[in-house]
Amino acid sequence: MNEYWKGFRDGLPIGLGYFSVSMAFGMAAVQSGMPIWAAVAISMSNMTSAGQFAGLTVILAAGSYLENALTQLIINLRYALMSISLSQKLKEGVRPFERLIMAFGNTDEIFALASGQKGAITPAYFYGLMTLPWLCWSGGTLAGASASALLPAAILSAFGIAIYGMFVAIVIPAMKKSLAVIGVVAVAVALSCAFEWLPLINRLSDGFCIIICACLAAVFGAVVRPVED
Amino acid sequence: MEILPLILHIIVMAVVTYLVRMVPLAIFRKKITNRFIRSFLHYIPYAVLAAMTFPAILQSTASPISAAIGLGVAVVSACFDLGLLPVALLSCAAVFVTEFFL
Repeated sequence: MNEYWKGFRDGLPIGLGYFSVSMAFGMAAVQSGMPIWAAVAISMSNMTSAGQFAGLTVILAAGSYLENALTQLIINLRYALMSISLSQKLKEGVRPFERLIMAFGNTDEIFALASGQKGAITPAYFYGLMTLPWLCWSGGTLAGASASALLPAAILSAFGIAIYGMFVAIVIPAMKKSLAVIGVVAVAVALSCAFEWLPLINRLSDGFCIIICACLAAVFGAVVRPVED
Repeated sequence: MEILPLILHIIVMAVVTYLVRMVPLAIFRKKITNRFIRSFLHYIPYAVLAAMTFPAILQSTASPISAAIGLGVAVVSACFDLGLLPVALLSCAAVFVTEFFL
């Protein structure tokens, strides 16, 4: 149980960050016509920022289930890498059903914190680490969704940019460290602008645009500058 | 918004997101050796976030001008490694202040 509470405490700063970003998600969802329960259900069952915002876009554009599934797959593909990495760091003898539970909480921030720990990770520690972020992510969505009707338009407009601010905060530090990442970002942005403004291809739905732009840009990076072994 | 398609969309999202996290953790014990796949996976998060951010960010607030200024503030504060939450909040504050004067 000690391991659980240690993880619980370590999860607090992540939880605080999640609360504000998931408030922005709750507001965005309700503003665009989604019922409160649906916004909260998405947060409780998904717990992923970029994927949820993208899923919201697909749902609002009346996209197909296949389009939504593919969007989630591509945007969340990074979790596969993190899960592979996490599997190397687990304590010996972690049982299969424990892996099934831990997998649910393997977000960018929880993974980053767990990887930074000295020594092997136990399931109890990881369950503790997942607890507050999940509660805050779900609670923040509920708070944002419920408050959006009460808040003035100026506040709602300002919060609309919150998720993008977080994306920028993830991408820029990586660009500072690597020319290749700068190239990948430049290609992704250029393609994304093309899909927004060029005639004909700008009729393609947002979900597929993200998939195509991201895959081409990542292939560009992998060809130009493969990662070291 | 119809309820049944909405519920199905939520289930699709939850299942796909969970499987992406679960399958590798349950199955993979060895390191991926294919260099191209590892490189692709290394770059994909930045590619996704960049494609999602621009130009969509310009439509995320009441006016493209406030959004552009919010983006500028986010980029500059991210250059100083301020962390996710401070960068996001500074960006919101910049939008709020800009729209006050527009």
